[in-house]
Amino acid sequence: MIPASFDYERARSVEAAIRLLTERGEEAKLLAGGHSLLPLMRLRMATPGLLVDLGGIRELSYVRRSGDDLAIGALTRHCDLAANELARADSPLLAHVAGQIGDPQVRHRGTIGGSLAHGDPASDLPAACLALGASFLVAGSAGERRIPADEFFRGFLETALRPDEVLVEISVPRHAEAGWSFQKFTRRAQDWAIVGVAAVSDGSTRISLVNMGSTPLRATAAEEALAGGASAEEAAARAADGLEPPSDLNASPEYRRHLASVLTRRALEECAAVT
Amino acid sequence: MRVSLTVNGKDRADEVEPRLLLVHYLRDVLGLTGTNIGCDTSSCGACTVLVDGESVKSCTMLAVQAEGTEVSTIEGLASDGVLHPLQEAFREHHGLQCGYCTPGMVMAASSLLAEHPHPSEAEVRVGLEGNLCRCTGYHNIVKAVLSAVAP
Amino acid sequence: MTATEAPRKGVLGQRLVRREDPELLTGEARFVADLKVSGTLHLALVRSPMAHARLASVDVSPALEVPGVVAAYSGADLEGEWAGPLPCAWPVTDDMRQPAHLPLAAREVCYVGDAVAVVVAESEYAARDGAEAVLVDYDPLPVVVDLEEAAADRALAHEELGTNTSYVWELKPDEAAVEAAFASAAHVVSGRYVQQRLIPSAMEPRGVLVVPQPFGGEFTVYSATQIPHILKVMLAVTTGISETSLRVIAPSVGGGFGSKLNVYAEEVLALTLARMLKRPVRWIETRSEATQATIQGRGQIQEIELAADERGRIQAVRVRLLADMGAYLQLVTPGVPLLGAFLYSGVYDVPAYSLSCRSVFTNLTPTDAYRGAGRPEATYAIERAVDLLARRVGVDPAEIRRRNYIRPEQFPYSSVAGLVYDSGAYEAALDKALQLAGYEELRAEQARRREAGERHQLGIGVSSYMEMCGLAPSRVLASLNYSAGGWEAATVRILPTGKVQVVTGTAPHGQGHETSWSMIAADRLGISPDDVEVLHSDTAIAPYGLDTYGSRSLSVGGVAVAIATDRVIDKARQIAAHQLEIAPEDLDYGGGEFRAKGSPERSMALGAVAFEAFTAHDLPEGLEPNLEASSHFDPPNFTFPFGTHVCVVEIDTETGGVGLASYVAVDDCGNQVNPLIVEGQVHGGITQGIAQALFEKASYDDQGNLLTSTFMDYLVPAASELPSFVTGSTVTPSPTNVLGVKGVGEAGTIGSAPAVINAVVDALSTYGVEDIEMPATPERVWRAIEQGRRP
Repeated sequence: MIPASFDYERARSVEAAIRLLTERGEEAKLLAGGHSLLPLMRLRMATPGLLVDLGGIRELSYVRRSGDDLAIGALTRHCDLAANELARADSPLLAHVAGQIGDPQVRHRGTIGGSLAHGDPASDLPAACLALGASFLVAGSAGERRIPADEFFRGFLETALRPDEVLVEISVPRHAEAGWSFQKFTRRAQDWAIVGVAAVSDGSTRISLVNMGSTPLRATAAEEALAGGASAEEAAARAADGLEPPSDLNASPEYRRHLASVLTRRALEECAAVT
Repeated sequence: MRVSLTVNGKDRADEVEPRLLLVHYLRDVLGLTGTNIGCDTSSCGACTVLVDGESVKSCTMLAVQAEGTEVSTIEGLASDGVLHPLQEAFREHHGLQCGYCTPGMVMAASSLLAEHPHPSEAEVRVGLEGNLCRCTGYHNIVKAVLSAVAP
Repeated sequence: MTATEAPRKGVLGQRLVRREDPELLTGEARFVADLKVSGTLHLALVRSPMAHARLASVDVSPALEVPGVVAAYSGADLEGEWAGPLPCAWPVTDDMRQPAHLPLAAREVCYVGDAVAVVVAESEYAARDGAEAVLVDYDPLPVVVDLEEAAADRALAHEELGTNTSYVWELKPDEAAVEAAFASAAHVVSGRYVQQRLIPSAMEPRGVLVVPQPFGGEFTVYSATQIPHILKVMLAVTTGISETSLRVIAPSVGGGFGSKLNVYAEEVLALTLARMLKRPVRWIETRSEATQATIQGRGQIQEIELAADERGRIQAVRVRLLADMGAYLQLVTPGVPLLGAFLYSGVYDVPAYSLSCRSVFTNLTPTDAYRGAGRPEATYAIERAVDLLARRVGVDPAEIRRRNYIRPEQFPYSSVAGLVYDSGAYEAALDKALQLAGYEELRAEQARRREAGERHQLGIGVSSYMEMCGLAPSRVLASLNYSAGGWEAATVRILPTGKVQVVTGTAPHGQGHETSWSMIAADRLGISPDDVEVLHSDTAIAPYGLDTYGSRSLSVGGVAVAIATDRVIDKARQIAAHQLEIAPEDLDYGGGEFRAKGSPERSMALGAVAFEAFTAHDLPEGLEPNLEASSHFDPPNFTFPFGTHVCVVEIDTETGGVGLASYVAVDDCGNQVNPLIVEGQVHGGITQGIAQALFEKASYDDQGNLLTSTFMDYLVPAASELPSFVTGSTVTPSPTNVLGVKGVGEAGTIGSAPAVINAVVDALSTYGVEDIEMPATPERVWRAIEQGRRP
């Protein structure tokens, strides 16, 4: 299928992108790797009037240390993040998750910023960022601000980004010593997770869930149970408490709840094994 | 919109609609019809080409996004009538039947071997997760790719 | 017939790499979408988003405003163009009901994807934009989706027919015997199996390019089709264009699996528009169109009962089928259940048989032949039921099969359903498969894991199949009301330079006929296959043929090549004898040369004979020039390949995930021309059966919307989901053809789905599970386990 017509601009800088977004308002869409947006456009489920291509802003592709954090440029591709030595050392969870997304071709194009800004509850990186307690640096016409991952995902494919804002950097606390795990359940390797669980255990444990609601989610009931001294098994049983997981061809809500518990338990076991 | 890039080692510059997909640019503008289209959701990998040496699905990339890149298609793999070792391996091991997925499969495999020169069978299988074939059951494709691994 | 016959010396049986490959590997091969003819117009179709509705209005005028659009038509606009409806060639009963089916719906749409308008434009992009602009008003009608609801006629897919039933067909040789067997049976088992609809998913979607020739009013039709010859006839009938003005070419075709064994609306439409607009016209299907507008496979509900004696020997098989035709009857839609109807007794010596089939319309995409067409369904039902019987009797699944197999000495075997099986050695294939799989060790490992209560439990599934293929003896087809024959044509020419040209009526699309047919001719001629070219898939070059489907190409078309080759040698022998002044019967032929018996120095090479035939300066009195012969081979019987597959699954009892631990297939397709190609066919076949068992289903909502219209949702498995396969073979030649060959295109698919599900059910048997519906998704498996865990 073929996308409907649109205008196209290559942004040479973040400032230029913000200017274009400000001028064209809601009809403008940012294009990074294109692996979230172009599929929708080909099916004509998205018909933006203007695409602002960020692909040329090379300086937004980096992985570096920044204090206690690991800072990742928003245009860092999944394949680069997965293979990056610093990322593998400082945030092995994030590097691992980046290597699990889609298939190699998708990882060669897709970017961390594009994936997060799309805000898909079925996508892996948003959940990983929640578990890691990441924060996102965004820039807009009113200047820069930093948004904690916990406040970023607002609704189905809806984030805290304003129409004129660009996600520029992702910061995650370095967790080289922490236990971590990512459990992804799919029917085919290339598919979106039916359910995924990311967990990071470093004294306290943060658990997040893929495809268990309209946004990427924390498994708060399970986290609280753990904090209250529950065993991994007991905590995992509460992974889906209070959640309304979606129903689709691959899974009913009931099955998703079950999977969330099983995968959470496995994640916690793996966290314990790593530490 | 003007796009300038290198395709199979040759410089190209063309005026294109922004919405023109890279695969249509290769097929319809440049006449490189070896790259096939098998789906419309980035699922099947039939349109896989290399962009700067890495496999991508050319149905999920605008031609204008390829500005300044080096694109390699199946047509650029064999030289002077001699099949590339991967192509030879696919033939030797009957890694193709109808041949429609084959260009994308070969390009994906070449990217895989560039990144993982000595993959295990499991790594080949997962490495080709983004390419669908309906004829071979993948058995001989995997065999071909493993046989093409440099010693 | 034994499994020990040594392969003949020569080219046959060698693992030659395929001559088809280089152009496919380098991207030089030309599929329909690759053909470029200047001035070509592009079609885009407007398809119904409603499963059943009256067309209140179709306004194509907005499309005409779109830049690049040349014309646009509604179904009503083109209603006067059709000389006949889209064809159904298999009216299985005289009273079969059939709705009108035109290339573009004019008054009513009957499934989501039914085309209502066509936009013609200078580019594919403009055509698509134009199609988006067409305005259609639909008045919804009641929708028929569920098969059993359809049979109950609560709502009608076609009001004008008054019922959803297209036909009822029965095969009941002796009902009294069946009833007696059930009345006196020690064991009766029954199963109800749902054959979910499958989307064939050839990697190349369909496409057609029609090029009007500049003079003479002729048309060249390039189509991604399995059936260029049948298509030519049918295009003539549906458009009224003389058959002599049509040339159909199937260029490189990217897989078919039955989905391109059809005459489609778009082919007729493209030809009609090329005639109207006097320009080349092209239509290339998108994948999300293909999932809806290309035929689907399977779609049956099967009820099977077995009556058995104390030891589990089957005394009778009784089957009731409910088959989903979809919204219309495509080329062989109604015949698909019949292709399985004779096979529900499987590989077993069954004395009593009863089958009835009701075929109904729904408001879904039409069904038709998909890899195996009727035979995978039949094999699945009997092989699942036999596993159930093993459990009732309390014996191993392998043992119950041994007790029931038709024994080698019973061949040729007259089955209770009326077939004569050509040859078979079923237990030998079982033995080999069990040995390759390490069956005893697997059972021990299974027991160990069960004992230990491990998270991952093993399941071992066995399935023995045989099928009837090599479609087909024309007289048998006549008895089943099929409108065409089942023969195949071949012509073999020795060219003046001694090179050989084979012209075949088969139409390969991945099967490697060029390689295999060259081997057949070369083997008989005693020359190198490199000296044999094979021409096909162009009705101007190969005027006769019945094309490629139903595992028929080798055992009908390949045999025709062998016969034509022998005829050429016979003619050459007369010329050589004349030249050498010797009696023809005193010549030996071999290695491309005629030699006098007893004095081999008196010889004449085939090339020299061919040159004599070409110059015709000195031929025997009464012999025509040229060295060429043809065969139109009508097989005396089907062929009956068989085998046993063993599947091992590993089930994660917490998630319900099913992993394939190993897969062993032992297939017997008679003599093998090229084992490399045979194995490839088996691998691909197995994978499509695994896909049905574990991954694929065309899912619809209750309004008839396809929920799996893309490859994101319709789960064609990738390499990452599959193991490598262990394949073995036995060789039991067919006595019904000179090559001793059977077919192998569908065998893998026929054997595999029941092997996989038998394995899954075996793994879950400790939970009391006796059946699981296909595809055995993780959720279904998990639910089955949960059900079993409940007290």
